Amino acid sequence: MSERTADLPSTVDAQQPAERTPSWLAGRLAALRSLSLVAVLGILTIVGVITTDGRFLTTGNVLNILTSASIIGVVTVGMTFVIIGGGIDLSVGALVALASVWATTLQTQSYGAGIMVLCALLVGMGAGLVNGLLIAYGRLVPFIVTLAMLVAARGLAQSLSDRKTQLVTVDSINNIATTKWLGVPLLVYIFAAVVVAGWIVLNRTTFGRRTVAVGGNAEAARLAGIDIRRHTALLYVLSGLCCGIAAVMIMARTTTGSSTHGDQYELDAIAAVIIGGTLLMGGRGTLVGSILGVLVFTTITNLFVLNNLPTEVQNIAKGLIIIAAVLLQRRGSDTGT
Amino acid sequence: MTGDGADGLAQVVAVTALLSVTGVVKEFPGVRALDGVDLTVDAGEVHCLLGQNGAGKSTLIKVLSGAHTPDAGEIQWHGSPASFPTPIAALRAGLATIYQELDLVDGLSVAENIFLGHEPATLGFSRRGAMNDAARVILARLGHADVQPTRTVGTLSAAGKQVVSMARALSHQAQLIVMDEPSAVLDSGEVANLFRVIRQITAEGVAVIYISHRLEEIREIGDRVTVLKDGRTVAVGLPARSTPTAEVIRLMTGRSVEYAFPSRPVAAADRPELLAVEGLGRPGEFAEVSFTVHSGEIVGLAGLVGSGRSEIVETVYGARRAAAGRVTLHGRALRRGSVRAAIRAGMGLCPEERKSQGLLMYEPVYRNVSVSSLGRYARGGFIARAAELAAAAKVIADLDVRPADPQRVVRTLSGGNQQKVVLARWLLRECRLLVLDEPTRGVDVGSRAELYRLIRTLADSGVGVLLVSSEIPEVLGLADRVLVLREGRVVHSGPAADIDEPAVLDMVMAGVAA
Repeated sequence: MSERTADLPSTVDAQQPAERTPSWLAGRLAALRSLSLVAVLGILTIVGVITTDGRFLTTGNVLNILTSASIIGVVTVGMTFVIIGGGIDLSVGALVALASVWATTLQTQSYGAGIMVLCALLVGMGAGLVNGLLIAYGRLVPFIVTLAMLVAARGLAQSLSDRKTQLVTVDSINNIATTKWLGVPLLVYIFAAVVVAGWIVLNRTTFGRRTVAVGGNAEAARLAGIDIRRHTALLYVLSGLCCGIAAVMIMARTTTGSSTHGDQYELDAIAAVIIGGTLLMGGRGTLVGSILGVLVFTTITNLFVLNNLPTEVQNIAKGLIIIAAVLLQRRGSDTGT
Repeated sequence: MTGDGADGLAQVVAVTALLSVTGVVKEFPGVRALDGVDLTVDAGEVHCLLGQNGAGKSTLIKVLSGAHTPDAGEIQWHGSPASFPTPIAALRAGLATIYQELDLVDGLSVAENIFLGHEPATLGFSRRGAMNDAARVILARLGHADVQPTRTVGTLSAAGKQVVSMARALSHQAQLIVMDEPSAVLDSGEVANLFRVIRQITAEGVAVIYISHRLEEIREIGDRVTVLKDGRTVAVGLPARSTPTAEVIRLMTGRSVEYAFPSRPVAAADRPELLAVEGLGRPGEFAEVSFTVHSGEIVGLAGLVGSGRSEIVETVYGARRAAAGRVTLHGRALRRGSVRAAIRAGMGLCPEERKSQGLLMYEPVYRNVSVSSLGRYARGGFIARAAELAAAAKVIADLDVRPADPQRVVRTLSGGNQQKVVLARWLLRECRLLVLDEPTRGVDVGSRAELYRLIRTLADSGVGVLLVSSEIPEVLGLADRVLVLREGRVVHSGPAADIDEPAVLDMVMAGVAA
C-alpha cells in the first residue's frame, strides 16, 4: 500500500490508459477489502458505544478484547500461511490442547518454565511436521490429514491427561497472563510480536514469497525451481509452532493444561482468514486482513457479552458475517477480471 | 464406397448435401481464425479435414458444434439454412461432436454416460432397465455388443471410451458425427477397430467428419478430403484415396503470412557443446532420443501432437523422470527427475502452458521474474527489495516488456509480454540453456517477430536454445538445427537450412524418413 510509484502517471500511462486501469484497480481493491473490515470494526464500535452505556470504549474493555483475541490470533497467523500456501490445517485446536497437556504433565512441570515452553513449542512443531510430511511427501489431501490429526491429537491429549485438567503450578508460566507492561498485558505483546514476525516473514522474506508462489500456482513454482514439497511441509511446521505458542498462552491464561483447550479454534481461525480476504484456494491473501478478521469476531463476542445476549445468537451473527465477507470478495474479484 | 463411386455420388446428391458450409468467417480479437471456409458433407461419407496447426480446423468444428457463432457465411443442414447457437441445438439437430478429450463421466456406467442428459425416465425416476436395454441396442449397432452397459466408464480403455462417445452421439439420432483426432490416443489395433465402427455407422447413412494428421489413415477410411490453410479452404472434396500425397502436402504448406525470421549467424567451429542428451526414453512416450545443443545454437524439435516433443524437453528439464538415458549439461550429468538440479546447472524452461505452468498470474511482474533467483537478492532469507526490483526492472527493460512496469500484475499483460516475463526470469538467472516449449503460442503476429529476434539475440550471446513448436515454419525459420519426431522417435536430424516444410510434413505425417 505504500508503493506510490505504481500509481504515478508515466509516458506509458498516457499511451495506454485503458490497459493501465486493471492493475491500478486490483491494488485498490485489495486495500479496499482491508478497509471494509476496518469499516466493519468502526460500525461495531459505534454499536458498542450506543448499546453499552460507555462500557465498550474503555481502555479496560479494549485491552480485554485484545487479550481475548491474542490466543486465537496467534493460531490465525499460522493458518494464514497454510491457506495462502494452498493448504488447510484443521488440527490447530487439537494441537493447542495436546501441547498444553504435554507441557503441564507433572514430570514436565518439574523441569521448570523454560522446559515447559520448549515442550509446548516442540509438540506443536512435531505434530505440524507429521502433517506436513504426510501432505507433502505422502501426497495426501491436507483436509484429510489434518482432520485425522485433529482426532488423534485430541485423543492423545485425553490419554496423556487422563481426561483431567492439569493445574499449572509453575508461577512464571501463570505470570505471563498477569504481567502488564505500560498497562498492557504481556499476552497482547506476544500476539503483536507474532503478528509482526509473521508479516515480515510473509512480505519480506524468500519464505513468504515462495509461500505465495506455491499456493498461487504449484506447477509454475515447481518449474521455476522451488522445492514445493519441502516448502509445503514447512508451512505445517510453522502452523504447529503457532499452536505451541498459543498453548503456552492458554496455559498461562487458564493456569491449566487440558485436552479441551482450543475447542473449535480451527473454525474460528479459518473464518478469520477467509473474511480477511485470503483466497481459500491459496495464492493470495494478507496477514493484516486475517488479524482484522480475528478482531471483528472477538469484538462481536465482546458486544454480546456486554449486552448479556446468548451465545447462540452470536454464532448466527458470525455465520452471516462470513457469508457477507465471501460475497463481497467475489464481487471484488469479478470486478478485477 | 469406392473413391470413384463417391465422386459420382457427390455430383448427384450435391443439391441435397447433408451439411453445406459456405464462406464461414470467424474472428477473434486480433486474429481471423476462419476466413471463408467451404465444406460439403454428404450422408454416409467419411469426410476428412486436413490442415496444419492454426489452419482453423478446431474453430470450424466449434462453429459446427455450436460452441462458436460464425461472424459471416452460411450453414445449410439438409438443404435449408440452419444455425446452431448452442451445443445442445447442434446435438438436437443431429450433429454430434466427439472431442479429443472425451467428455465422459468416469464414475458413471456406460449406459448412464450414453444417455447423460436425456435418460429414459418416468416422473424423474430413471428407468434403469430400459436405459440399459437401449444402450445395448446402440452398442450392438456399433458392433460392440461386448461392452456391458452397466460397466463403469472409468475402467474402459481409451478405445472403449470412444465407442461410448459414439454411442452417445447415436443416442441423439446423430446424422453427422465430427471426430477430432480420434486416433491420436489409440494404438494400431484399436485404430482398426475404430475404423470398423466408423464403417458400420456410415453404412447406415450417418456421415463422419474425420480429423487426423495421419495420411495413411485418411487414405484408408476417408472418402473425400477438404484442406484448410490459414483459415481458408484451399481444396474442397478431393478424392481421399487417389489424390497424391505430394499434392495434399503442397496444399497444406506455404504460408500466406510470412514471418520475419532473423538471419542465422555463421556458426563458429569451436563453440562448446552445452547439452548432451543420450538415449533418453520414457515408456509409452519416447525412446532413444539423443542430440546435442551447442553454445549459441538453436535446436528445434518438430513433430505432431503426440510425437513426444513436449515430453522430451520436460524430461530434459527434469520435470519428468527419465526411465532411460542421460542428460549432461556442461559435462555434468544431471540427476534424473530433478528440476532443481537442472536449474542449478543452468537450465531454464518456458513451458508450453504459460498460464498454468509458467506464471503467477496474480503476482506483479518483478516477482514473476525474480522467483527463480530469489536467493541472489536475499540475505538470511530477507529479500533486499530495492535490489530485486531494480534487477527485475533492468531485465524487463532489456527485453522491452510493455508496459515496462515491474509492479504491474502479470495477468494484465498481453500474451507476448507474458512470454517475455518468463524469458526475463531465466535471463535474470543468467541461464545457459533455454528450453522454449511453444514460445509463440497465443502471441499475436506482430509480437512474434520480436520474440524471434529476442531468441536469436539470446543465442548470439552464447545461450543454447532448445525450441519446440507445433508450427513447422517456425522451427525451420528460427532453428539452426532441426530434429524431426514421429511417435516418440527422432526420424531426422540435420541443419534447418537443408530441409523444407513439405519434407518435414511428409516425415511427420507419412513417416517416410529422408
